[in-house]
Amino acid sequence: MLTRLRPVLRGGVKASLPSLTKTVSPLRGYSSLVASHDSPNLVNLSEAPFLLNSANAALSHPELAGTAAAEGQAKQLNLYQSVNDALKTALETDETAVLFGEDVAFGGVFRCSMDLQERFGADRVFNTPLTEQGLVGFGIGYAAYGSTAIAEVQFADYVFPAFDQIVNEAAKYRARSSSNFDAGGLTIRMPCGVVGHGAMYHSQSGEAFFSHSPGIKVVMPRSPFQAKGLLLASIRSKDPIIFMEPKILYRASAEYVPTEDYELPIGKADVMQEGSDVTIVGYGTQLYHIHAAAKMAEQKLGASVEIIDLRTISPWDRDTVFESVKKTGRCVVTHEAPRTGGIGAEVAAEVQEKCFLHLESPVQRVTGWDTHMSLAFEDLQVPNVTRIFHSIKKAIEY
Amino acid sequence: MLRAVSNHACLRQALSSTRTLRTGLQKHVHKTQFVSVRHVSTTKPTERAEVEKPIVQNGELVFPGALRTSFVNNMTFVDPTTQDSMPTYRVVGPDGVQIDKSYKIDLPVDTILKMYKDMVTVSIMDAIMFDAQRQGRLSFYMVSAGEEGMAVGSAAALKPQDHVYSQYREQGAYMYRGFTLDDFMNQLYGNKHDQGKGRNMPVHYGSRELNMHTISSPLATQLPHAAGTAYAQKMAGVDGVTLCYMGEGAASEGDFHAALNIAATRNCPVIYFCRNNGYAISTSAIEQYKGDGIASRAIGYGIETIRVDGNDIFAVHRATKKAREIALRDQKPVLIEGMSYRVSHHSTSDDSFAYRSRGEVESWQRKDNPIVRLRKWLELNKHWNEEEEQKFRTQARKDILTAFSKAEKVKKPEIVSAFTDCWEDIPPHLKEQQQELGEILDTYPEHFDLSAFEGGRGGLHDK
Ligand SMILES: Cc1ncc(C[n+]2csc(CCOP(=O)(O)OP(=O)(O)O)c2C)c(N)n1
Ligand SMILES: [Mg+2]
Repeated sequence: MLTRLRPVLRGGVKASLPSLTKTVSPLRGYSSLVASHDSPNLVNLSEAPFLLNSANAALSHPELAGTAAAEGQAKQLNLYQSVNDALKTALETDETAVLFGEDVAFGGVFRCSMDLQERFGADRVFNTPLTEQGLVGFGIGYAAYGSTAIAEVQFADYVFPAFDQIVNEAAKYRARSSSNFDAGGLTIRMPCGVVGHGAMYHSQSGEAFFSHSPGIKVVMPRSPFQAKGLLLASIRSKDPIIFMEPKILYRASAEYVPTEDYELPIGKADVMQEGSDVTIVGYGTQLYHIHAAAKMAEQKLGASVEIIDLRTISPWDRDTVFESVKKTGRCVVTHEAPRTGGIGAEVAAEVQEKCFLHLESPVQRVTGWDTHMSLAFEDLQVPNVTRIFHSIKKAIEY
Repeated sequence: MLRAVSNHACLRQALSSTRTLRTGLQKHVHKTQFVSVRHVSTTKPTERAEVEKPIVQNGELVFPGALRTSFVNNMTFVDPTTQDSMPTYRVVGPDGVQIDKSYKIDLPVDTILKMYKDMVTVSIMDAIMFDAQRQGRLSFYMVSAGEEGMAVGSAAALKPQDHVYSQYREQGAYMYRGFTLDDFMNQLYGNKHDQGKGRNMPVHYGSRELNMHTISSPLATQLPHAAGTAYAQKMAGVDGVTLCYMGEGAASEGDFHAALNIAATRNCPVIYFCRNNGYAISTSAIEQYKGDGIASRAIGYGIETIRVDGNDIFAVHRATKKAREIALRDQKPVLIEGMSYRVSHHSTSDDSFAYRSRGEVESWQRKDNPIVRLRKWLELNKHWNEEEEQKFRTQARKDILTAFSKAEKVKKPEIVSAFTDCWEDIPPHLKEQQQELGEILDTYPEHFDLSAFEGGRGGLHDK
């Protein structure tokens, strides 16, 4: 049918599709793009200043000091390739490790498991039937035996059928058996966050839901270098970990990544930029916007901004944040997810409790509004450079 | 315990009196609809405390979990691989010739022609929108190539008052029930005429007017909803059923099993229609399940079930019409499994040749297709010819392109829609966030270009 129709339609349609009109943005006419043509909100993710842009920068990273990885090579990978590299390393170094999920066998819908079935065989890298509660529960059982399970949930938006398995089972396996059993060998990876056209069900970041559950950890990398080290540490961690990969970065974010095995610490935030006037706490894609806003604040207000990547969202590194806020006296926390009950609420509450006498202004949250993500309004819903800049300004001028 | 029993009794009494009241009222309101409808529960009240169930029958024990079982003294496991596979019902074969001669195709020719034209229109719209996506004109699209017959054929067996839940590949059902080309295009472009106010990804259609519940991306969630809606129809005593589509992949979700079981135990007048197209993105049906398709599962839940050739629109239509009769008359669920093949890529985000061969797809394209099959039947029966075909296709293409250009030019909804409809009213904390956005837009007007939205900045209505 298609072959018969296509040749006729293909040529015909292309020729006869009305050309793009002026009212429609040629970039993304179908969804929203609310930035004016020279707006600071047009952030080029691949040009973020913090991306390690040489092998040397990657290999001399302070967190690799003294490791074998620092002595090896590094090559430029984008985020999905670095996730793939980490998975490959995990499967190579742990013969009990298995990797599974929906459409994982052919490489996954974001190509993170590409070529892994060919390399490690169909018993270790495989498709599951289409059931998140099933595949996560399966991973819990596999881990409870003492083996290593790496489960992929196709989108963070689709993890919720497995919510019970995560918060009542993975999270409580250790507690209810007083560490006789645990599901620590389980890591659940999932692509998360906005991409510009994901709308209600391909944009969510559910980190706050999972942060509310004791017994599990939540990790989100900001870049390829971070992704490999954090994912390997997550897979080898003795706690079940939700590993959230900002899907807009899969291709957009490229960085030099050591080819050897290395881990980055779980539970440790990263001070990405030091500053003296205000601390901005964020994670994932937001860091790209935070850096742009900090630069704008420096240029327009002469502000010196300290930027912290939480990396592990739960339990988060309070010491690093408190120390920073005590120094700067001001704190802004940002995330894509809605404001109410979000990570920002948690950080703000803890900071005001622990740093109260050091604060020069109220802790501010720059977050997604308390609404669902829309195709047409995403750019107005997610914190952008303008909003983060505005908060820095408010913090300073308070 | 005593208290529980009496509470239970009170509740039952209260329930039955409201039911009489409501039933009486409805009888009055739509008298005509009622003739053939059993509007009061087909289940007996749960009389746990009062009625003692027999534990012995014909001198043998009756275990409450399997009332109809018998006892044997030879031990055998049931090996599903030795059981026959459920047959696939067909009215018309791939050559357009009728096979089931016992059935008189009792549809008016006009209806059959509408079914045909809707399939053709959908297939042309699919091809155009797929290309439009490739050109970057819209963010996403999913075609239903090869499966038009299942959507159109089943929808044609429904009544307007029936409710429909779809997965995402049932544009044919939308079209048959009256969703216009403008409706499609407005949704695909998420413009201000889109009933979903630009919130959803393309193909997430919905229409209150047509009783078609807005599509939700998370798979299989609509299945228990369909049971609930059907139960509401039952309680309301209306002449209506609910039809719910799903893919064979979605049928692996927990919600599938939950839905079938609750629909069966609550005797819900719901028709589950599984489009088994052999793939769930890259996962073939062979990897998806070991059993005999999806149909065999419904049997396990005590649901009347049929498997049909999904490329045969007559079989799809006849089975759905009969299923509607059963669901309504007997007040119980029915499952139909339509067998077909996903000729297209899963969506515009997918390249299916990464996991299946071109040859496999091309063979299917050559061998069979619901549109070609019906066309053969129409031509064999002298209801259609090449000239009419060409004329219709040309007109359909023109109409689609007209609707396309019209919708593409329409502005996006007012930006206040980023805040409305989450709750019935905007709660105070969200009102504050709406004003926060207004403050940003006013402080940094040079950062934003809101010209694509109806009313621009004014469309926020925050003041
Ligand atoms: C809960 C959930 N998990 C995963 C997905 C991602 N997903 C979208 S469509 C699809 C395959 C569905 O296959 P099937 O039900 O057979 O329908 P078909 O595409 O073949 O029509 C998957 C895995 C989703 N939408 N929802
Ligand atoms: Mg399918």
